[in-house]
Formats: sequence, C-alpha cells, structure tokens
Amino acid sequence: MSRASRMVPIALFASLAAIPILREAGLPIGGFLPLIAGRIIIFAIAAMSLDFILGVGGLASFGHAAPLAIGAYAVAILDAAGIHDATIVIPAAMLAAGIFALVTGAIALRTSGINFLMITLAFAQMVYFAAGSLADYGGDDGYSLDARIMWAGWKLSGRGGLYAVSLVCLFAAWLLFRTLTASRFGRLLSAARQNRVRVQSMGVDVFAVQLTSMVIAAMVCAVAGVLLANEAEFVSPAYAAWGRSGSLMVMVLLGGAGSLHGAILGAALVVLFEEGLGRVTPHWPLIFGPLLVLSVLFLRRGIAGIGRGDG
Amino acid sequence: MITRLFGATLLALAAQQGVVSAQTLKIGVIATLSGPQAPLGEQIRDGFQAGIDSLGGKLGGMPVELTVIDDELKPDLAVTKIRGYVEQGKVDFVIGPVFSGIIAPIVKPVTASGAFLISPNAGPSTLAGKGCSPDLFVTSYQNDQPHSVSGQFATDQGYKKVFLIAPNYQAGRDALTGFKSRFKGEVAAEDYVPLTQMDMQSEIAKIADAKPDAVYVFLPGGLGISFVKQYRAAGLEKIPVLSAFTVDESTLPAAGDAAIGFYTGANWAPNMENAASRAFVAAFEAKYKYVPATYAAQAYDTARLIDGAVKMAGGTDHAKLRVALEKAPFESVRGSFRFGANHYPIQDFYLARVAKRPDGKLQTEIQRKVLSSDADPYAVDCKMN
Amino acid sequence: MTLFIVQALNGIQLGMLLFLIAAGLTLVFGVMKFVNLAHGVQYMIGAYLGVTFAGWAGGFWAGLLLASVVAGAFGLALDVVIYRHLYRRSELDQVLATFGIIITLNEVTRLLWGSNPLDMKMPELLSGSFQLVEGLRYPIYRIAVMAAGLAVAGGLAVVVNRTRVGMLIRAGASNGAMVEGLGVDIGRLFRIVFGMGAMLAGFAGVLAAPLVSVEPGMGDNLLILAFVVIVIGGVGSIRGAFVAACLVGLVDTLGRSLITDLSHAALSATTSARVGPAVASMLIYLVMALILAIRPTGLFPARA
Repeated sequence: MSRASRMVPIALFASLAAIPILREAGLPIGGFLPLIAGRIIIFAIAAMSLDFILGVGGLASFGHAAPLAIGAYAVAILDAAGIHDATIVIPAAMLAAGIFALVTGAIALRTSGINFLMITLAFAQMVYFAAGSLADYGGDDGYSLDARIMWAGWKLSGRGGLYAVSLVCLFAAWLLFRTLTASRFGRLLSAARQNRVRVQSMGVDVFAVQLTSMVIAAMVCAVAGVLLANEAEFVSPAYAAWGRSGSLMVMVLLGGAGSLHGAILGAALVVLFEEGLGRVTPHWPLIFGPLLVLSVLFLRRGIAGIGRGDG
Repeated sequence: MITRLFGATLLALAAQQGVVSAQTLKIGVIATLSGPQAPLGEQIRDGFQAGIDSLGGKLGGMPVELTVIDDELKPDLAVTKIRGYVEQGKVDFVIGPVFSGIIAPIVKPVTASGAFLISPNAGPSTLAGKGCSPDLFVTSYQNDQPHSVSGQFATDQGYKKVFLIAPNYQAGRDALTGFKSRFKGEVAAEDYVPLTQMDMQSEIAKIADAKPDAVYVFLPGGLGISFVKQYRAAGLEKIPVLSAFTVDESTLPAAGDAAIGFYTGANWAPNMENAASRAFVAAFEAKYKYVPATYAAQAYDTARLIDGAVKMAGGTDHAKLRVALEKAPFESVRGSFRFGANHYPIQDFYLARVAKRPDGKLQTEIQRKVLSSDADPYAVDCKMN
Repeated sequence: MTLFIVQALNGIQLGMLLFLIAAGLTLVFGVMKFVNLAHGVQYMIGAYLGVTFAGWAGGFWAGLLLASVVAGAFGLALDVVIYRHLYRRSELDQVLATFGIIITLNEVTRLLWGSNPLDMKMPELLSGSFQLVEGLRYPIYRIAVMAAGLAVAGGLAVVVNRTRVGMLIRAGASNGAMVEGLGVDIGRLFRIVFGMGAMLAGFAGVLAAPLVSVEPGMGDNLLILAFVVIVIGGVGSIRGAFVAACLVGLVDTLGRSLITDLSHAALSATTSARVGPAVASMLIYLVMALILAIRPTGLFPARA
C-alpha cells in the first residue's frame, strides 16, 4: 500500500470533519457546503458499499438503490408506528436489506456480465413499484417523517448531530470494508473477480463468498438509507428509481472502482455537480456529461487513480 | 380587530413607502425545470415572472431578488436545495413546487426558516386537512377539485357509465377518487397505466369494448399526448372525453388538432372574460411566445397576491403578512378568489373545451360553470395553531 | 375475445418497435462487446430529426428517409470519435462513458428544440383506420409499423444468415478473436454494424413519433426495455431479440389487463386496486428475472 493511498483517505475524513467546525468558528463557508457535505457523506456510504461488491468483487449491480430505499422505508414504517429508537430502526433496516440481498442475490448470481447488471436492475425496479403502491406510506408522493431517529434519548434534531453520526458511520463503513478487503474473505472475493474457475478449483464456494459480500454491502447501504431518510425527513419511491442506482454507479466508477475511498471522492463530485452546478445553471448536464466521457477516456482508474502514475 | 387596525394604518404606511422600498423582497421559485416534466415548471417560472413584470418589476413597491431553483423532481434533492437557499439569509417567500411529491418534504424547512411557502400548483389533501400550516398558502386548488368538476359534470349530463383512466401513482389514484366523489353513475372500469407507458392503444381497445357513455382521463404530459392522438385514430369521437391536466396549453401544441373537442375541468382558461385575465394572456404571449396554461395563470396570481399582501401589511413583518395574505388582496385572473380557513382557495370551477383560435393556435375555452365557490372537503380537518 | 385480439396486436406492435431498437443494441454488444447505453438516444434523435426534416422537406416520407440516414451517420460519427476508444475497455467504463453521452445529448436536444413535446403528423397515406370489430377501428399506421418491423427482421435474417458480412457478424458474436485471425478488417465490420444499428434506432424513433410524444429523454425508458429484450433473448442474437421483443410487448400489454382481472377476482376491491397496478408494472421485470433465473444467458445465447 503506497503512501499516497493511505494519506488520501485521512485527508478526506479530516476535511469532512473540519467543515462543521469551520462553520461554527464563523468561517465564511456558507450554509450550503455543510448541507451538501452531509449528503456527500450519506451517498459515500452507499457508494462505498457498492464499490465493495463492484470494485473489489466485480459484481456490477445496477440495483443498489434498492437497499438504500429499503433502509429509508424501514425508517418510514417504524416512524408511522411511533418507533424512533436508533437501536431498533438501524438493525431493522439492515435486516430487511440483508434478507432482500440474500434472496435476490442468490438468483442474480446465477448470471454474469451484462445479464447481472440487468437482473439486479429488475429487482430494484420491483422495489420501486412496490414502494409506490404503499398507500399507507404516501404511495408515490412519499412519506414525511414525524421525527428523526434518536439514540438513548438523544435526538438528532439539529444538523450537527446527524452530520456527526453520518461521518462516524462512513468511517466505520470504510474500516469495515478495508478490513474485509484485506482479509482472506476479501482476497477470495477479489480473486474470484479475476479468475473464478481458479478460486473454485481451490475448493472455495465462490457463490457463498459473493452472496455474503452482497448481503454485507446491502446492509451497510441500508444504513445510508436510514440516514438519507432522516436527513430529508422524507421517504419516497424515488430513492429506488433506476437513475439513483445509476448515479451510485457513476460515483464508484468516477471515484475509482476498488479503492473504497474513491467512493467518497465520486460522491463528492456527483453531489457537487448536481447541487452546486445545478444552482448556477439548469444546463449542468452539458458540463457533467462530457466530463464523464473524458474521465473514462483519460483517467483509467478514476480520480483516486490520479497521481498513481496511470493518469 | 387587527384587520381594522390595518385598514386604518394603510394610509399612514403608504407615506412610509420610501422606507419600505429601500429593502428588497427575497423570493425563491422552486419548480421542476429538467426532465420530461420541465414544461410545467417553465410555465410556473414564466407566469411568476410575468406577474412581477406586470407590476413594473416590483412587488408591494419593493424590488425583488428572485432565485429560481430546479427540484429535478427528486424530493431529497429539493429538500437540500431549499434548505441551502432559506438558510443563506432571510427569505420572505418560497413559490412552488409543481408536484405534490415535492411539496410535502419542503413545507417544514421553508416554514421553519420564517418564510411563507406559496404553492402555485401542488395542493395535496394532507396539507389541506390535518397537515395544514399557517405559513403555507395554496393558490391553485386542492388536488381533488379539478377531478371532481368532471365528476359533477358527468352527473349533470346523466352519464350512466364512465370509463376511468389514470397513471399508476398516488396522484392518479387520488384523481379517480376525486372524480368518483361527485359522480353518481356506474364506473365501467378504473384503468391504471404505468407513468412511463408510451402507447395508449390497449386502453383505447378496452374503452371500445366497454362502450361507456363517457371517458374520464387524467393523463399528464406525454401520456395525454399519446392518448389524444390515438383516440382520434381509433374512431371513438362519439364517446366524449372528460379530463384534467391531459389537454392543456402545455400539451396542446404537441397533441395537435386531434385534441379539439376534448373536455377538461378547469379553474381558468385563456379565454376567461375579465380584464385581469386578458391583460395577463396578452402580456404573457407577447413575451414568452406560447399560450399560458393554468399553471402560469396560478403563478401570475401568486405574484399579484404577494404584491397585494406586502402593500397591505406595509412591509415584510411575518404576522402582518400572514393576515394580509389571508385576505387575498389582489384581483385574480380567475375572477372570484378567496382563501378558506386552511389557506386553500375557494373558487369557481368550469368545464372547458379544446378549440382552435383564429390565429391557428389551440387553447382551452370555458364552456360553463360547474361548481360555484367550491371549497375542498379537507378544510374541516384543518386546525391552525 | 375481440379485446384479446386487439391487445395482442398492440403487443406485437410494441414488440416490433422494441425489436428495431434492440437489434442494433444486441449486435453491437454481440460483435464488439460494447455496452452502448446511448443507443436509446439514437431513437430520440431519430424522432426529433424526423419532425424537423418532415417540416423542411415537406412530409413524413422525406422526414423518415432523411432522419434515418442522418441519425445513422450521427451514430457513426460518435463511434469514430468516441466509442472506438472504448471497445477494449471494461463494460463498466463503457457504461459510464455512454451514460455521459446520454445526459449530454438529452440536454443538447432540450437546448435545440426546447423542452415542450413536439408534434409529428402521420403520413396521409397511412392515417386512416379500418373496421376491426363493431365499434372499434384499428389505425392503419399501426399495421404499417408492424409491417416495417417484420420487414426489417426479415431483412436482417437474410443479411445475417446469407451474406458474408452476416457470416462475419455471427462469427464475431461467438468468437471475436477468430474473426480477427482470419485477417478481416474488423474496424470496417464494426462500423457497418454500428452504423446499421444506429440507423435502425433512428428509424424506430421516426416511426414512433406520430404515436407518442416527442420529448427530451424519450429514449431513456425505451432503452431499459430494449436492454430487457436483449438480455431475455440472449445477448448477440438477432433471433433472440426478435422473440424477446414480441414476448416483452405481449407481456406488457396482455399481462397488464390479465393481472388486473386476476387480482380483482382473487383479492378484495381495495387490496386489488393497490396490488394489481403495482404487479402489472413489475411484470416484465418479473418475467426477466424468472427467465434469467432458469436460463442465466437468456433464451438464445449467441455464445456456446
């Protein structure tokens, strides 16, 4: 592991932590940056979980918005039942997304390549339509939360609280995926991407390894869903729309697949473009679109690959 | 008591105009300006701007600092953008959005910041009843109303059997509920189509099979355009089509002559006979080169409402503004207009019909009044505090 | 019963439209291993150019011809300038780059033509309708769309099965390295396939224009359906694309009415009003998931 690849994540986390502190200190960074920083963190969690299966495991899911939405809907359903305790909401969300990934992953893993892309999309579309039919939770119009989740009586009502919790979650996710990637399990997952037959001939159940990775990724992504629902105080089927799955994939690929911290860079770039540039001109796709094309043509390993001699 | 006080102080305040106009009015417009639904957002944006222009670029005598925000029809994105906007500095009004799926999540952030949210289009039932807010005003209608107009009309005409079509989403289901609330006859079928469907031919086959007395459709945007074109081609002209948000000035240029003769429930149409409306349509078409639909008219009214309220309140004091807004001190392009206790409008509804103007452009034209001073059914559940 | 026949006709007609788009997509993927998300954009460009050219050149037929050719040429230009560099890259790089092309071209379309939907007049010759059953006339134009789809399918079958280019296409889809080994100018083959696919998608766009609303982003949803088609059919297989296109068209039209009736019969009125439409929207995805679960490479895989 090179020096740079260790320094970049540290710098990323430090700057994300610094934003609210600088804001409290009265530095002129505006009210907008801390707001999008919160969303960058939440999408970074989701994108990082996708990077684990896509970048490390080579499982290109085009339906990763599904666990995101399942996490968000767990919040809505429990909110309607008057349950806001984070120690119930978060495990419930993770469990629901985990079961979803277990069932759909078992079917999807029978396919590969573009067929895998499409079957995961199909499952996410089913979640999207199912969410839209939940009339008790607003159907397509979505559901406004009564209150944010709380932990041991501590309400995440202020912006700072949710921001801190999100950042801790992102850091925990990064540690988890880093540890997993470096472990025997992670090496098998990565090896199966490069040469499935060889790993199988070692007597490893590749299917089990890949399915486990999908379940873990979905459970972490569900946490992002819980945070997203709380950040917007709103849940909607739009969270499961295929454009959202695509956008998560763009974050991973733009940031640099397989690097984990690249997901943070990718999330930052996509959110900044959508919400920052979108404020300047509604024609922001005219800048973002060509940028994507150029980044593919000239940055073979995403932004995280810059400076590693492969630019 | 307070209102009388206002009347009395109005003259005194007029003298202070110099003080008032030194400030600017901070207003944000949030609308869907990208994606397939963008034409509706553009109508809202242009209508509001036309309202400001009609008052010499000022509202209530104050210069306006206008910010236009695109919600991209993504609720969570809308929340972030609107929070970022209202927290940057004291905002007086937020105007928008187009769609009900966006209004629910932005009510709280806007009103908590001390701004008024005025919706020029979306009017969901939740915010009309239990979820009503003292700082939320709706200048369009409650979502059920444009549909119940056609239900009433179908009952008035003595239609026995009506075939209903709506897109498969919440607003679609609400639409058919709205229609049925005033329709006394038999419902031949309730057909829900996916929002992304491009082709209406199978629905048309079902209509031909069911042989209803009339058809009621709520098919916004591209869905409606496809339906109109294909309905004519299938030779079903004899069965009248009632609708809402299917044939309006935003879709008519694309639907073409096939739309002539379709009926629609409306609170306004470009041929409305009053001076305010005529002035609006003339100025709007001169500047934007297209025929305004009801979305633009409602946004135009919203600008004029703010103008009247700021003048009446003599500034931007929040409590005074709210009282002034409730009085709806402006001349609406719709003629009669006032707010109910839930800050939703009480207004007349009409049956309109698509027709060709002498200049060859299509527009909806008022046929007859169907509901007078109609208040929405949810107002009774609203307890302002 | 008559309703069933009408629905089946509609299903086939939707299938033909999907086939025109999926044919290019599946060949491009089969021969060049290139995932072109921007293929749906070709459909949109075809429709817009059709409207514009029909206006300039006076009429639908001129519009159809010019727009198909120009859309094909435009696709070819994109291929030469950008896509060519992506052939040897990973599928995901291709997804990202072509996604960038989609959002760029959707926005360019909006800038050039505005965001309001446009109107395309039906050709006079085909604008009539004929009495299908009592009380329902069926538009001739739709029959023409079906016929056009069938003609293209037949033509492609001949080209793919009977000509040298077709032999190379088949060989390329099952074993690309072998074709190169034969000393064939692979770049030329790629350009022929790509230009043909782009032109067919553009052609489909013009054909669909009088039936649907011509608006920015109109290709996006159809692209997803086209991908469903090629995945069900087996990537790289024209025959698979044809069968799957008909299947998707039929499932989407017939299945929806069937599901609604079934749920009415099986469930209470309120439950079925909620569940029925949701399941109906999911139907093609359910079918795709089911087919892939049983046959992971689709119905007619091009590769052994």
